Amino acid sequence: MQRREFLAGLLGMGMVAVGSSAWALRTPVPTQRKLIVIMLRGAVDGLSVVVPYADNNYYQLRDSIAIPRPNIAEGVWDLDGYFGLHPALSALQPLWQQKKLAFVHASGSPDPTRSHFDAQDYMESGTPGRKSTADGWMNRLLGVLPGATTPTRGMSLGTVMPRIFMGSAPVGNMAAGAGALRQTALDRPQVNSAFAQLYQGNSKLAQLYQESQDTRQEVMGAMDKEMTAANGGAAMPNGFPQDAARLAKLMRNDSNVQLVFMDLGGWDTHINQGAAQGQLANHLQPLGQGLANLAQGLGDLFDDTTIVVMSEFGRTAKQNGNNGTDHGHGNVMWLLGGRVNGGHVAGDWQGLDDAHLHEQRDLPVTTDFRAVLSQVAERHLQLSDAQLNKVFPDMGQINSHLQLIV
Amino acid sequence: MKWWLLCMGLLMTNAHAEMTEQQRAVHVLNRLAFGPRPGDIASVMSMGVSRYIDAQLDPDSILLPTEYRQRLDALTAQTVPTEDLIQALRPDKQADAEARKQQRTELIKQVAEHDAQLRLVQALYSPRQLQEVMVDFWFNHFNVFANKGLDRVLVEDYERNAIRPYALGHFRDLLGATAKHPAMLFYLDNWQSVGAGTELFRPLAKAGKSSGLNENYAREVMELHTLGVDGGYTQQDVTELARMLTGWTFYPRNLGQRDDGFQFNARVHDNGDKQWLGYHVASQGEREGEFALDVLAASPVTARHISYELAQYFVSDTPPPALVDKLTRRFLDTHGDITQVLRSLFDSHEFWDVSNVGSKFKTPYQYVLSAVRATGDDVSNIRPIMGTLSQLGMPLYGYLTPNGYKNTADAWENPEAITQRINFATALATGHLPLNREPDMGKPAPMPEIDAGDLLSTLGVSISAQTRATVMSTATDRLRAAMVLGSPDFMQH
Repeated sequence: MQRREFLAGLLGMGMVAVGSSAWALRTPVPTQRKLIVIMLRGAVDGLSVVVPYADNNYYQLRDSIAIPRPNIAEGVWDLDGYFGLHPALSALQPLWQQKKLAFVHASGSPDPTRSHFDAQDYMESGTPGRKSTADGWMNRLLGVLPGATTPTRGMSLGTVMPRIFMGSAPVGNMAAGAGALRQTALDRPQVNSAFAQLYQGNSKLAQLYQESQDTRQEVMGAMDKEMTAANGGAAMPNGFPQDAARLAKLMRNDSNVQLVFMDLGGWDTHINQGAAQGQLANHLQPLGQGLANLAQGLGDLFDDTTIVVMSEFGRTAKQNGNNGTDHGHGNVMWLLGGRVNGGHVAGDWQGLDDAHLHEQRDLPVTTDFRAVLSQVAERHLQLSDAQLNKVFPDMGQINSHLQLIV
Repeated sequence: MKWWLLCMGLLMTNAHAEMTEQQRAVHVLNRLAFGPRPGDIASVMSMGVSRYIDAQLDPDSILLPTEYRQRLDALTAQTVPTEDLIQALRPDKQADAEARKQQRTELIKQVAEHDAQLRLVQALYSPRQLQEVMVDFWFNHFNVFANKGLDRVLVEDYERNAIRPYALGHFRDLLGATAKHPAMLFYLDNWQSVGAGTELFRPLAKAGKSSGLNENYAREVMELHTLGVDGGYTQQDVTELARMLTGWTFYPRNLGQRDDGFQFNARVHDNGDKQWLGYHVASQGEREGEFALDVLAASPVTARHISYELAQYFVSDTPPPALVDKLTRRFLDTHGDITQVLRSLFDSHEFWDVSNVGSKFKTPYQYVLSAVRATGDDVSNIRPIMGTLSQLGMPLYGYLTPNGYKNTADAWENPEAITQRINFATALATGHLPLNREPDMGKPAPMPEIDAGDLLSTLGVSISAQTRATVMSTATDRLRAAMVLGSPDFMQH
């Protein structure tokens, strides 16, 4: 299996090399492959994202928050005759049509916890049910990737280092929002050299300081020209669509960036979730727009990129008494990218009748989230079985029939 | 080889060395307070470290300086009553809606700034520092998010009436006050939870309004506030507790008519029998919720959970198990008397173990407050502080989920944080943060630059000899104070 994948990779590379420069031939394939993980914290309602509109139970379980069937007012956009996409995600329709967007429904963590914090912890450590794991799976992934490590190879967007990137491999981070690229005191040579001297030595913070300087230099170097040219140095508005566009620029200009993580909050819709419009829709719209911006902004690089969108668990199949949904179990994972086998809703969908609901209330988890991630790691990032075992150590054998990567 | 031996030698000496009186004073000012202000180290040393701890544990015994009290009174006098705010924020269906909307946005901004000012003035300048530290601790333990709807206008009242009075009191009182406060009832949705089969169940459902059980608070009160996530309860226990708590609510329109705003609405209470944590609970109306809080507050599992969190906050990110055991026993013996648990903690050898001194990485809140305190600046404009806290990932009252901000290094220690802290330190020390003007008063008077010598004497031994030497020998004058506040030593406490 691994060998076959490897050969396929070589063949693909060979074909590219025929028509391109010799430089491309020498560049190792794996370091060109990018992975962006976007975590929706708070448990997004997957049944409103990829709506099983052909299942009558869906409309019975949700009398005020269901999204209508396709081709009627405020209805879903039909994906495959059974599932439909939330209308607030219309920015993603072209990617679906180009077969660069896929979903895995009824997926998630095998651990049954309905605690946000535990579930996020497990999804980020990559070891559901095991609390003692100290590092995050993206950090372990960084550790096993072939090729040289650079300050920006793993990048987190946001000022707080997320659990998923904690661990021994150095990770860069960059604040979200426009402020990230403003000139700061430390950009002045005199200030910079004073602090460089102060942080020399054996302080455990010295390494962090060095990493922060290296990252800053690389990021500013990559962004500088384009920023000044496009915006005259003016700050851009905040928000995910803008952050996504900035991320695309960074990745285009700094080819070292390979693994990226960012998170978005506000999905815990216990009350007045809304349907085609409303609270959830207001969050989905900028998410969809941002993902479309990212795909477009990456340009050719999108062909070498896989974007995964995931959330710690799904929400109850039945709406609650407050026109919202409570903590559930199974959810939907999203995959976007040039090598994604798109245009289909994958996973083992069993319907929403009582007999198939998890504890008579939630979508079950029929696909382990690690099965999805490890297929991305194996086929897209070309990890070996041994490397994969380091990233997801407790996984064991998961038989999945998923075909998520071309 | 020689160098290596020397280092080993130093380590060995350190591990067994008694701390000097100044080291002890610096340690309590770092952990029981938000760091030393000018003159604090000398004054703690002159009164004695143990007397300082005693006084901090009994905040009423500490007199408030007249100037500080007047400042606080003036601020409190500006607090708009909650019921007026709710009235002002009510959507207006009349014409001119756009203008009203703008007024509301402006009002919300003013309220947020006023709330932040109240919190920060107390945290920066109250001599009852431990109380302020415990407000930070408990607010995160019982977190509410100010940007969720009505909580915008409830959060200040929540801190003032549900957290602050009990910060050094009994845990059960704190638990009860937070459970019943409208800010919590709203944040975790219990106010809209309606028992199935109750009188109002169907009519409300028909009207498209709240018509069922909401288990959000019931889950978090066990998972976060009391037992802890591994506390041994099940999904069934969550649902049953949610049923017991039906009817615990408040009426936005009636806020102000009752002291605490809490109401029990018997008409939405689920009167059926419940099976919860092994108890058979027969129908007792409001009393069921009180019973649940009694059980949770008295549980040894809760005692351990709270003890662990306190030891983590005050001693070490990975608290010594023996200390957690000791505090758990004290918590149980004193029926959750927080002052007594803290007294044990400050008496423990673990608290004074040199390996636990100066070893906690400050949260952004601790970092920013301690820096401003160290400069001795008199802050009249808190906007730059609010902005910095947001930039550093810790906006005041701005943590979205109920678990609150962490206080461990794994959450905050990262490259970007170091850069941003240094940038803040540089702006503060070189007089570039306009902390000294009333908002909207035009161009600020220039802030004084901070003198590095003064700063170093304020901070005493918390800044190492090596850092002092680097600062004094290499920097240009203008940068020295910035280097002190941006040093690795000052990032930790």
